[in-house]
This record gives sequence, structure tokens and C-alpha cells, in this order.
Amino acid sequence: MLKGLHRLGQLTLAAFAKLGRAHLFLLQALAASWELVPRFPLLIRQMYVVGVLSILLIALSGLFVGMVLGLQGYNVLSDFGAEESLGVMVAASLVRELGPVVTALLFSGRAGSALTAEIGLMKATEQLSGMEMMAVDPVRYVIVPRLYAGILSMPLLAGLFTYIGIYGGYFVGVGLLGVDEGSFWSQMQATIDFREDILNSVIKSLVFGIIVTWIAVFEGYDAVPTAEGVSRATTRSVVYSAFAVLGSDFILTALMFGD
Amino acid sequence: MCQDPQNSIICIQGLTFSRGQRRIFDQVSLTIRRGSVTAIMGPSGTGKTTLLKLIAGQLKPDAGSIKVLDQEVSTLSHRALYELRKSIGMLFQTGALLTDLCVFDNVAFPLREHTRLPESMIRTLVLMKLEAVGLRGAQHLMPAELSGGMARRVALARAIALDPLMILYDEPFTGQDPISMGVLVRLIRTLNDTLGLTSVIVSHDVQETASISDYIYVLSQGKVVGQGTPEELENTPSPWVEQFLHGLPDGPSPFHYPAPSYAEDLLGC
Amino acid sequence: MYMSNSRVIEIWVGLFVAMGLAALFLLAMQVSNLSEFRESDKGYRLLAKFQNVGTLKVRAPVKIAGVLVGRVADIRLDQEHYQAIVELRIDPSYRLPDDTIASIYTSGLLGEQYIALEPGGSPDYLKDGDEIEISQSALVLEELIGKFLVKSAEKSGSDEK
Repeated sequence: MLKGLHRLGQLTLAAFAKLGRAHLFLLQALAASWELVPRFPLLIRQMYVVGVLSILLIALSGLFVGMVLGLQGYNVLSDFGAEESLGVMVAASLVRELGPVVTALLFSGRAGSALTAEIGLMKATEQLSGMEMMAVDPVRYVIVPRLYAGILSMPLLAGLFTYIGIYGGYFVGVGLLGVDEGSFWSQMQATIDFREDILNSVIKSLVFGIIVTWIAVFEGYDAVPTAEGVSRATTRSVVYSAFAVLGSDFILTALMFGD
Repeated sequence: MCQDPQNSIICIQGLTFSRGQRRIFDQVSLTIRRGSVTAIMGPSGTGKTTLLKLIAGQLKPDAGSIKVLDQEVSTLSHRALYELRKSIGMLFQTGALLTDLCVFDNVAFPLREHTRLPESMIRTLVLMKLEAVGLRGAQHLMPAELSGGMARRVALARAIALDPLMILYDEPFTGQDPISMGVLVRLIRTLNDTLGLTSVIVSHDVQETASISDYIYVLSQGKVVGQGTPEELENTPSPWVEQFLHGLPDGPSPFHYPAPSYAEDLLGC
Repeated sequence: MYMSNSRVIEIWVGLFVAMGLAALFLLAMQVSNLSEFRESDKGYRLLAKFQNVGTLKVRAPVKIAGVLVGRVADIRLDQEHYQAIVELRIDPSYRLPDDTIASIYTSGLLGEQYIALEPGGSPDYLKDGDEIEISQSALVLEELIGKFLVKSAEKSGSDEK
């Protein structure tokens, strides 16, 4: 009994200590943001690794998700004779939820885990210590460019996902199932509001970008510097990202669309 | 106080450091003379790498003073510490090359980070350093394409890129074949003498290290158990030094990990 | 080799950012009502009074024969007569005769409410700021049911006589 309490206390304290480290780490990275200016090429390089290399995955996933939405939405809506609302349904679900959320989950699996593994390995092979010894702060050289590359890439990827997804729904709905093209678009435009929907969607994806990249780089930086430690950190990075994204999505949705 | 403060570059007094329950250093004092090659030797697990990290300010001691270039390392601000590190080169066990940069860019890395030299001058400097370690021809290779010995030589070229005052070597000889070991041994001594460096070698490869050292400290169980020039050590009566230098399996450093008596353990449960 | 490699990366990243921004821009222009925001500012203003606007909302469509001609710009209450005043923004390419009738209809059984305009035959056209004289309020379900109940009660009462 006492042993169990002891263990529970230890775990709780460790969790809070880690949370504290993560926040200090973020503050440290944000305070070093100005270092990006002389190191702009590093940001470009990381945008390539984090963003460009994720395009194919994001675009294909967006297409398929949109097509599935078109198919399922048509089946349900046609029962009510409301196929014309298919455009609204596809666009609203993609813009408000699926675009930012699914992109964030895919992004954490594709780019986040790679970031964690890369930074963890750099730690395990003493590259981070080596930098410190060369009087180069690894937070500035390694972390800051990756953090900003992730934060900047997420909204762009989510935009691609959503846009391609809507065309996936359009292809299935209008192209294959014969929904009227005019009402597909006009009902969508009549319902989707720029400020309420599109801007909030961009804000969501930006917040998810911060969360996912923060977790990824921190888990790498905080990893136990062994092969096993890095592999555990990579798993944690994806799992924590998924929880954090879905949890914060609920909060953001409540704040944005709750009124 | 330090013996001979004018000539010493590193001066450690009464250093105590523990990791958790384990005491790694207990009242260790040592001095590194300017221009010398000093070896710090001892069995695995005596915290030799920890000592280098303490000198470089990556760890903070529990008690005692570590002075590098007359500055107390543990009390330096972040900025002053980074300034100090520019005059210290360190060679890690694995080389610690940046895996996403080629050999040339690895050596150029500290120059690009800390100087505003034009690219043409950086190129000249990098090629000079690579020439010194005999790897100018490998400048376009990536770290993954290098052998262990070559990676260490590239790391050495990188460590001397900023023309430091001293270089700390962390186990430079482990896992090397005899040829690359010989190359490294000679390189360390030549670089030290031609560039006017001060070298600290942490190692347990007795013969190789002793062959190029001016002075040797032997550490065991958190204490300095012997010191002197290689010749002096050879003649020390200390059983510790005797055991370590000649690789005897049993002695003051016991073969057995501390345990209750064998008979008791077998019959105990 | 190093230089050309980083050039390729830069081009890719440029392409990525351009694609991402284009997707966001197209989402705003093609999928949302952003394009109409600017149009609604350009159009001319008409006022219509209703006894009851039901669940009509700002930016609800204004249609003639099912064609979108404008949007509801504002809904407020006339303090004097306790009527709803609805301000409409009409696309300037459509001209409306001054005997146009405005009605509030529901699209589908449960859909959104919108304003339908039925132009009359008058030779004079409505100008910016004019009021539509004839209007027909929204049908409120409870009122309909109430009317129906009263009628059927009257009917059964007269049957008994």
C-alpha cells in the first residue's frame, strides 16, 4: 500500500518535472528565435525535411479522406433528398475538423517522429555535446530551426490537405455520383464562413503545429542517449502528440464554434 | 594553491563530485602544465570522461575548484563559458561529427559559427587543418562514409579549427586498429608541439598513452593514486599503479565486485 | 555539389510554400463566402419591414426565382412599431421594380430561411435606401399549428350545429 503510494508520488513528481523541463525548453528556444535570422538556410533545409517530404503523404491522404467523405456523405444525404448539401458537408468537416486534425496526426507520424529520432540520435552520438564544446548552443543551431520549420509547415500542409480533400469529395460527388456541380459549390460558399471557418481552421493548424513540433523536438532533446532511449522517445513523441492534438482540438472547437 | 600557477593552464583543487549516491571524485587535485601532453588514466568507470565534462563546464562540481585559464569554470556565466570553450577543443570518443554535413563543412562549422571570415579564407583554413590530419582528399565524404579512425582525425581537424589553446581527448585510442592507433598517437604529439597546444588525454590504453605523455595521473575509485612522468610511474612502488600499468587481473582494484562471502551467498537462500 | 544541392532544396521549399499559400488562398476565395463579402459592400441597399423574421440570419441569401441576387446585411427592430427592419444588399446588376414583394421562405422543410423577392410590373425601379412596401413574414411553425387547431375547432363546432 505504502509502496504503491510511493510509486504514484514518484510518477507524479517525474511527470511534473518533465512538464517543467518542456516549458523551460520552449522558453529557451523562443528566446533564441532571433538566431534564425543569420541561420536562415537552416530553416529552409528543415522546411524541406519537415514540409516538402510530407507533401505526398498529406496530399494523398487528403484526397482519399475527401473521397470517402463524398461517398459516405452522399449515401446519408441522398436518403433525405439533400444531395445538394454534399459540398457543405465535405467542406465543413474538412475545414473545421479533419483538415487540421488529420494533418497534425499524419504530420506527427511522418515529421515529428523523424525529428525526435534525429535529435535523439544526435544526442546519443554526442553531436549535441560536441556543439556545446564548440561553443555553439545546440538549442539555437538544432532546435530553433526545426521548431519554426514545423510550426510554419503545419498550416501550409493542412491547407493542402483540406483543399485537395474538397476536390476529392467533388470528384466522387459531382464526377461519379452526379451531384449538381453548381449547388455543390454554391451551397458550400453560402455556408462556409471566411472568419468563422477558414481563419479558425488556420489557427487550429498553427496551434497543432506548435504542439506537435514542440513535443517532437523536446522528446528528442530529453531522450535517454541510448538506442533504446531514442526509440522510446520516438514512440512517446507520436503518442503524446496524438493525445495533445485531440485534446486541444476539443478545447479549441469549444472556444471557436461554441458560442 | 596550485603548484606553479604561471605555467599551469588547468588547475583542479579538492574536486568532489557525486552522481546520485555514488561518489565519483573525492578531493581530487591536479595541475596541467602549459604546452604539455598530460594523460589521465584509470580503469573504466573511474569517471575520466566526467572529469573532462567538469573541465569544460558541462557539469558542475559539488565542491572544490576547477580553474581553466585562471577562470573558475563553475561560476562562469553562460556567455563567458561559451567564450572560454572557444579556446578549448574537445575530441569525443565517437568523433561526434555532425552527420548531416560533409567532412569539409564539419571542419568549417566552428569557423562559420564563430567568425565572419569570407568563404575563400574559410576554405583555405579548412584545407590546412585537413591537410594536417592527412584527410584533405576526404573533404567531400559524409561522416557515414568514414572509418572510425578517419572520423576521429576529422574531428581532430575540427577541434583545432579555431586554433584553441588546449585540446581534451576523450579515449582517443579505443577501438582502433594498430595502424590508425599509431597515426593518432603521432598526430596528437605532433599537433601539440607544432601548434603549441596543451593536450589532456583521458585513456586506459596504457602503452600508447604513456609513449607520448609528459606527465601522467592515475585515478582510481575517485582519487589520484599515482602521478609523475612515465619513467617515474614505472618505478613507483604503489600497488595500484603497478596493477594498472601492467594489467594484472587482481590487486588493490579487486577482480570481484563487492559481494558477501561466496559460501554465505550459496547457502543463504 | 553542395551548392547545387542546397539550390534544389530551396526551390522545393519555395514551391511548397507557394502551394500551401495558394491552397489557403483558394480555400478562402473558392470555398468560403469571402468573395461575396466585398460584393456585398458594393451592392445597393434596400429596406424591408416584417412582422416576424423567424430565424432569418444576417448574410442569409436574397433570391429572385431561386437565383442569388444579394444578401441580408442587417436585421434590427423598429422601436416605434415593433417590427423587424431587414436591410438587404442587392447586386447592382439587378434592378428591381418598386412594387416588388419580399417574403421569407424556408429552403427545404428544415433548412435555412431566406428572402425571396417577387418583382411586379411597375416601370419605376427601387433606388439605394428605398423601402420595399409589401412584405410577407416568415411562417412560424407554432403559429401555423395554432391556426390549424383553431380552424379545426371552429369547423367541428359548426358541424355540431
